[in-house]
Amino acid sequence: MKKFNMCPSCKREYDDYGDRRYHAQPVSCRDCGPTIKLCDSTEECMDDRNIFTYCGQIISEGKILAIKGIGGYHLACDAMNTEAVRRLRQRKIRDDKPFAVMVKDYETANKYCHISPFERKLLESKEAPIVLLKLRDRGMLPCMVAPGNPYLGVMLPYTPIHLGLINAIDSHMLVMTSGNKSSEPIYYRDQDAISNLQDIADLILIHDREIYIRTDDSVTREVLGKEYMIRRSRGYVPLPLTINLEGKVLPRVLACGGELKNTFCITKGDDFYISHHIGDLENMETNKSFEEGIEHFKNILNTDFDIVACDMHPEYLSTKYALTLNKKVYFVQHHHAHIASCMVDNNLSGEVIGVAFDGTGYGEDGNIWGGEFFTGGYRGFKRAAHLEYIKMPGGDMAVKEPWRMALSYIGNSIKDNYGKNQDDDGINIEGDTFLRDIDYKAIRTIELMMERNINCPVTSSMGRLFDAVSAILGLRNTISYEGQAAIELEYLALDSTLEVVEPYSISIEHKNNVYIISTKELISDIIRSVVNGEKKADISLRFHESIAEMVLCCCSRIREASGLNRVVLSGGVFQNITLLKSCIKLLKNNDFEVFYHEKVPSNDGGISLGQAMMACMDNID
Amino acid sequence: MSDIITLAHGSGGKTTGDLIKNIFVKHFNNDILMKNDDAASFMLSGKVAFTTDSFVITPVFFNGGNIGKLAICGTVNDLAALGATPLFLSCGFIIEEGLPIKELEAIVESMGNTAKEAGVKIVTGDTKVVQKNAADKIFINTSGIGIIPDGIDISGNNAKPGDKVIVTGTVGDHGCSILLERERLDIFTDLSSDCAPLNKMVGEVMAKTGNIHVMRDPTRGGVAATLNEIAVQSKVGIKLYENRIPVKDQVRGVCELLGMDPLYMANEGKMLIIAPDDSVDTIMSVLRNSAYGAQACIIGEVTDDHKGRVVMNTLAGGNRIVDMPVGDQLPRIC
Ligand SMILES: [Fe+3]
Ligand SMILES: [Mg+2]
Ligand SMILES: [Zn+2]
Ligand SMILES: [Zn+2]
Repeated sequence: MKKFNMCPSCKREYDDYGDRRYHAQPVSCRDCGPTIKLCDSTEECMDDRNIFTYCGQIISEGKILAIKGIGGYHLACDAMNTEAVRRLRQRKIRDDKPFAVMVKDYETANKYCHISPFERKLLESKEAPIVLLKLRDRGMLPCMVAPGNPYLGVMLPYTPIHLGLINAIDSHMLVMTSGNKSSEPIYYRDQDAISNLQDIADLILIHDREIYIRTDDSVTREVLGKEYMIRRSRGYVPLPLTINLEGKVLPRVLACGGELKNTFCITKGDDFYISHHIGDLENMETNKSFEEGIEHFKNILNTDFDIVACDMHPEYLSTKYALTLNKKVYFVQHHHAHIASCMVDNNLSGEVIGVAFDGTGYGEDGNIWGGEFFTGGYRGFKRAAHLEYIKMPGGDMAVKEPWRMALSYIGNSIKDNYGKNQDDDGINIEGDTFLRDIDYKAIRTIELMMERNINCPVTSSMGRLFDAVSAILGLRNTISYEGQAAIELEYLALDSTLEVVEPYSISIEHKNNVYIISTKELISDIIRSVVNGEKKADISLRFHESIAEMVLCCCSRIREASGLNRVVLSGGVFQNITLLKSCIKLLKNNDFEVFYHEKVPSNDGGISLGQAMMACMDNID
Repeated sequence: MSDIITLAHGSGGKTTGDLIKNIFVKHFNNDILMKNDDAASFMLSGKVAFTTDSFVITPVFFNGGNIGKLAICGTVNDLAALGATPLFLSCGFIIEEGLPIKELEAIVESMGNTAKEAGVKIVTGDTKVVQKNAADKIFINTSGIGIIPDGIDISGNNAKPGDKVIVTGTVGDHGCSILLERERLDIFTDLSSDCAPLNKMVGEVMAKTGNIHVMRDPTRGGVAATLNEIAVQSKVGIKLYENRIPVKDQVRGVCELLGMDPLYMANEGKMLIIAPDDSVDTIMSVLRNSAYGAQACIIGEVTDDHKGRVVMNTLAGGNRIVDMPVGDQLPRIC
């Protein structure tokens, strides 16, 4: 606020010890404070006395507005205007990924969504995050806002500009999505925003307060009466998590985090500062803000570090960055970091059973992990059980195209290759619906790739198992945003009307001191269900229940051998709260103590914290 | 003469002599080699460029060439990349016992033909035969000497902000087609390696303008690895535009299926040229009129930004870091 000279009346308040605005930085008024103006797409700015009335009018006409906020630009349109929302999706090249909305107040939100008292508290908190709320009725909003989604991300206005706008439109509800082109981080410099958003937005509303650090909206939700963070950013950052050290002195650590949804974490004494959500590091702009962000945190915290912690993945740009710093490097396995982050989130020490269900993470054996059970603590984990290894034909392409995982799982489950004939149980695979949309030549090529091991890394990922089941059920062959296939599978389960849920069978084998979880029966049972015409929602629910049963079964065996009774649940797959809740319930019913996330995301946004903690604990004397 | 290579062919005795006479001398045929001395001797004047490369590839015969043609092109192109005129080559063969002599002759014949096309002489060589399974059919090493014209200074250190980045044709053809053949993925048939000697084309360019900063042939690791090397060596950033990078439809399709990136696929008949803006038009017009450069494109530029990094403006609109690969995308190909 330095550049805004206070007018005499504001100055009086600022200097008056008795005034509640005494030395409050943002003191200003209409005369001396920040001003707002509109730019049309020819970059000409016009001043307008009744800016909000004008904006409200053009939004109501279905136009798209770019709005400068406090952490970056948003793109906004009238959430009730189907055409406007469709246009926004088209221009932003965003197919299915749900949009969040901003509504006038709690009452407006309550019209569309179920809101518990706790959710209301989150919604109205000063952090003003996006809160995922259960829609009362999916038909109340244009389906383009959040296609197929039973939840809606809702936030309340958190700047005067938002308030002015939302009051100026009849629906009192704006779609508010980050102001960026797909795969770019949100723009926060006026120049970037004006040049990049002018072909998306019809009008750009700017103000003259500079934004120093790009910060996305935080995203959170409630699970079982507690907060369950999804994206920790604006409002929550840079407040540190303070660790109970019992008098120990920790080394100073920089943890570089993961590759996607990156955050980094800097420790100073017993304070762990997790950065705002940085994003996907492969993007140049994002990568720059990763490096600049680290410098910025070092400066504002007036600290440096002795140890750099990073992931084991040799291709992560965060790992490569760590290796350029000429500091002592401490490598942390991806899923170890997930479990450690959840332990910190719950103030745990000592040893636990860790269940890490995730998309992809580089394993200690060089394979892709993600369906893991560990025993251990901050000083190290031991692998106790995992999903059996399955081929991922085409590497990352198998993530973008879940049908490949389906083919891999089917091939593994039923020895004869898909498309040829029947398995020994007499299931006719060809006659069924799944993978029907996929070109035969593509299927044949992927089969050959698996036969001959061409670009087929193996994985124990739980995320990939969800993808495969999603494709087998005919939900998703390809995805347009991360996790889409698994997310749609979860939502499908919500439609099930089963009263008694019978899980599918999963067998567990003990081999070299590790339990290997076989999915062969599970997959052939699911195929049988599909062939028998069972309702897909029911199949999905039964699948979820099977995984929860499997978690219980593995944890019970591990408890028998280790005596450990505390179970920690982490990893991106636990954003699936249907699965999360089933696991918690089953484990608790069997006298386990269960811990899951609260302040830190279970996805890769949390792993910098886990890396930092493990690096600290392994480097104190 | 038997019809397969036996250990006797490498013994140094009469069988070896016959093989040399009937195959190598027959196809390589030139005055210096014919002298039959322990070493080749010739006069050179000017700045010399000298390079060596070993070739191991499965399959040995592929669409668009074979290991012999590859061995000549690889070395000739490395010399051409410095702006040198390639003159003399050596070649060493390590042959696995049991290789049909017909196959050897086909390889040697295409080496002779390619050398002729490139205008170079194979002036010295060596042959060893190893026991079954000690090698995979045939390995070839070639070394080459060329002369760099006065005033030419082309090096990976010379890229300057503002320079343009040119690729002389479609990207990834060799790596992609070799992979399909090696893995017998015969669903795709109309692809072939781009394997070609580029020195004549490069020579024509240099006859028009010596104002070129960097040339390099994007073989192993493809365009991505090569440009990363240059960005680091020259301490500059390189910006690419996805929509300007020429990729054959079949290559794009195969890569998508296999989960690979054409930018990381090997090329054996392409050159990356980095040159100042004012010589780009000249270079492009020569390339476009040349058999191996008809599909040349300006694919990006050198920047002051993001030093040491290659960044690509993607079709989706973002700027993606095109990083140096840590592992080989295609082992056993070079
Ligand atoms: Fe080379
Ligand atoms: Mg070489
Ligand atoms: Zn004032
Ligand atoms: Zn993860």
